[in-house]
Amino acid sequence: MQIQPILAALRRHRLATMLIALEIALACAVLCNACFLIANRVALLHVVSGVDESALATVQLTGYEDSHAVDLNARVLTGLRSIPGMQSVSVLNSIPFGARRGTAGITLDMAGQHFGGVVEFYVGGPGSMQALGLHVTSGRGPQPDDFRTFEGLMPTDASVQITRSLAEHLWPGTDPLGKDFWLDKWHYRVVGVIDHLVRPDPSNWQGDSKDWSIFVPALPGKFLAGSYLLRADPQDISRVLRDARATIAKIAPDAVFDEEGSKTFGDLRTDSFRQDRAMVGMLVGVIIALLLVTALGIVGLVSFWVAQRRKQIGIRRAIGATRGDILHYFQTENFLIVTFGIVLGMVLAFVLNMVLMKFYELPRLPLVYLPIGSVVLWGLGQLAVLGPALRAAAVSPVVATRSV
Amino acid sequence: MFGYYMDLALRSLRRNKVLTALMVLAIAVGIGASMTTLTVMHLLSGDPLPGKSGTLFYPQVDADPTNDYSHTDPLDVMDYRSAVDLWSAHRADRQALIVDSKLKVQAPEVNLPPLMEMMLSTTSDFFPMFDVPFQYGSGWSADDDEKHARVAVISADLNNKLFGGTNSVGHALRLRDTDVRIVGVLKPWRPSPQFYMVAGGRFANGQTDDFYTKPEDVFTPFTSGLEINDGNFWQFTCWHMPDTPGHLQNAPCVWIRLWVELGSAAKVADYRSFLAGYAAQQKALGRITHADNTRLRSLMQWLDLNHVVPSDVHLQTWLAFAFLAICLFNTVGLLLAKFLRRSGEIGVRRALGASRRAVFAQCLVEAGLIGLLGGIGGWLLTLIGLWLVRRQPTVYADMAYLDASMFFTTFVLAIMVSLLAGALPALRASRIAPALQLKTL
Repeated sequence: MQIQPILAALRRHRLATMLIALEIALACAVLCNACFLIANRVALLHVVSGVDESALATVQLTGYEDSHAVDLNARVLTGLRSIPGMQSVSVLNSIPFGARRGTAGITLDMAGQHFGGVVEFYVGGPGSMQALGLHVTSGRGPQPDDFRTFEGLMPTDASVQITRSLAEHLWPGTDPLGKDFWLDKWHYRVVGVIDHLVRPDPSNWQGDSKDWSIFVPALPGKFLAGSYLLRADPQDISRVLRDARATIAKIAPDAVFDEEGSKTFGDLRTDSFRQDRAMVGMLVGVIIALLLVTALGIVGLVSFWVAQRRKQIGIRRAIGATRGDILHYFQTENFLIVTFGIVLGMVLAFVLNMVLMKFYELPRLPLVYLPIGSVVLWGLGQLAVLGPALRAAAVSPVVATRSV
Repeated sequence: MFGYYMDLALRSLRRNKVLTALMVLAIAVGIGASMTTLTVMHLLSGDPLPGKSGTLFYPQVDADPTNDYSHTDPLDVMDYRSAVDLWSAHRADRQALIVDSKLKVQAPEVNLPPLMEMMLSTTSDFFPMFDVPFQYGSGWSADDDEKHARVAVISADLNNKLFGGTNSVGHALRLRDTDVRIVGVLKPWRPSPQFYMVAGGRFANGQTDDFYTKPEDVFTPFTSGLEINDGNFWQFTCWHMPDTPGHLQNAPCVWIRLWVELGSAAKVADYRSFLAGYAAQQKALGRITHADNTRLRSLMQWLDLNHVVPSDVHLQTWLAFAFLAICLFNTVGLLLAKFLRRSGEIGVRRALGASRRAVFAQCLVEAGLIGLLGGIGGWLLTLIGLWLVRRQPTVYADMAYLDASMFFTTFVLAIMVSLLAGALPALRASRIAPALQLKTL
């Protein structure tokens, strides 16, 4: 197959060629970035929580008086523990993918000069760490005497476990065990490192900061009540939660059962990423529509070219070109145009990515998306050109003898 | 002449139905996608109080004495002392203190389980200041604010839930453990965004959907609300840990918003100097450190600063317009094919005396007609698109409807896009040399 005559022919259709190439270029830029956005969102959907989601559920109670909190806790803990199939019930202020009650900025010195970052404090009662299934990688988990009563929002002095990514952020490259940090005047000492513990609202945080969490052991009380962690066999968890709802109505009529907040962890996770899933759906829709429109554009224009060149095709066929030659001619022509478009599109893709990086805190587009985009567009071009090219190949040589 | 061109255009479109359908479809899909996102954008970025927003201002003072950060802008909301001081001075035409909290709501006369609802505690000016529409009754008086009156205004939603939509003025409502008397019921009211609560958008990472939630269901006088739900008020932020969480009157925390209405530029200037004066006076008293850090932003400026439109919506709009651009290129290519195919016909017209301008106009009419058809398709697709948006789990989903202005924009955009797409091919067509074409006929 000679490329020379194809290029010569394209030079006579400069405008139309440019248009298809530009369309391909734009499609390439949007396609690469949209795929990248999808990959980012999908990664977010699969964020590692570090907890045994399938075995957990939460019950959230509101509307009770603070003065009744201790009494309520006692009633609820006893009541819920009596539900058949319940493995454990504990209190935990914040819930992964659920209620957020412990977001605060910490400092690495007592004077508050060295800011460490905004983290999530999970204040949990006895048993909550085991119930979550947190994995301590170094140091130790909470001991029974680490759990103390407290006044105010949080224990003012405690031995805590922090996630590995937070440790790496606060004290890069050094052993975090025994290190201290402060929340205003309140003091905490790191005694253990946990693998992962996701924030309640991972969608709102970038990169590793999704996992900046601290586990603070404490005893249930006025400010650690109404938020319960239920653990049961994954097969039982939905039924246990339903039973818990019925039990609460009996044992705590003074409290309001928060329907929105009381769910299995599976449902909480689904809910908290609903919007990201919708965005992925929308992006996929845009990509499909985009490919469709591009393909239709190619079909339309190539059909026109075929019709325009009927006579020439007839002549080529008459002087010995096979059907295959004609077919290959249009296929090669399309390949050349699409390639030109892709080269342009790669540049455009990076420009678009730069804009997105500036405004939406998106990471840089990895190079791997470019070959993927190219292959998709080459395939699309070949697919679109096939119909008109087959029609061109079907032109009978006899056309050449007519009206010449 | 236009009629004749229209006739020619119709004939031409009918001659190659597939190509016509392709072009109309391309425009329709492009318009549908971009108009759907544009409508959402229009909905979210609009003026929540047209005609009035220019007179509403959001004063800020910087009561945080610490030096941990640069203090380029005051904290987004105010501490109790500053807010109440500024409000009590009554230096604006109207002023409203605002704080929200969640509490248990029950109607003693109605046998329904208690609900947890958001309560907005504010001052009497809130309702006239923000043009809040009433269905029954009215707001409370300044006197009620003064006397810590146990009264409440409820939303249409809550009225439907508790009282089946009937006039509930005079009925009792139990807020936590306090009985209050309902004095007013709002009409359905859905400002977009919920502008009076907007704050902290700068730190929201573009996740600002919460600015579009429905207004609160219960409204009580500021003074009464603080007493009824004492212990359940949460800070926007604190510079030290509060000693009594939930009760922030004396805490080193910011948690109250203040809005003022100022009818003229002179009043705005006056209020600005009053604000500066207040901060300076408080600095003299030793309470405020960063006295020169005061702001008085208008409602729209404040919304801009908070980047109220969620970044996902921006992203979708960008994407939709990139898509429209692709559809545009597509249409240019197809129109070019279509017009040049008729070179012979155009050559005859030119030879018979049609000017280049006439040929150009004729081609544009044809392109415009395609745009109109694409616009109709685009309008239908926009309706489908908005229906899809309404099924999304976003807080503003219920507001996604096409209004008259966006309906017209759809067609204007469609025709503009098609004319733009038609310009280049029409120019090409009008430059066809008649002699050359006549020879090949």
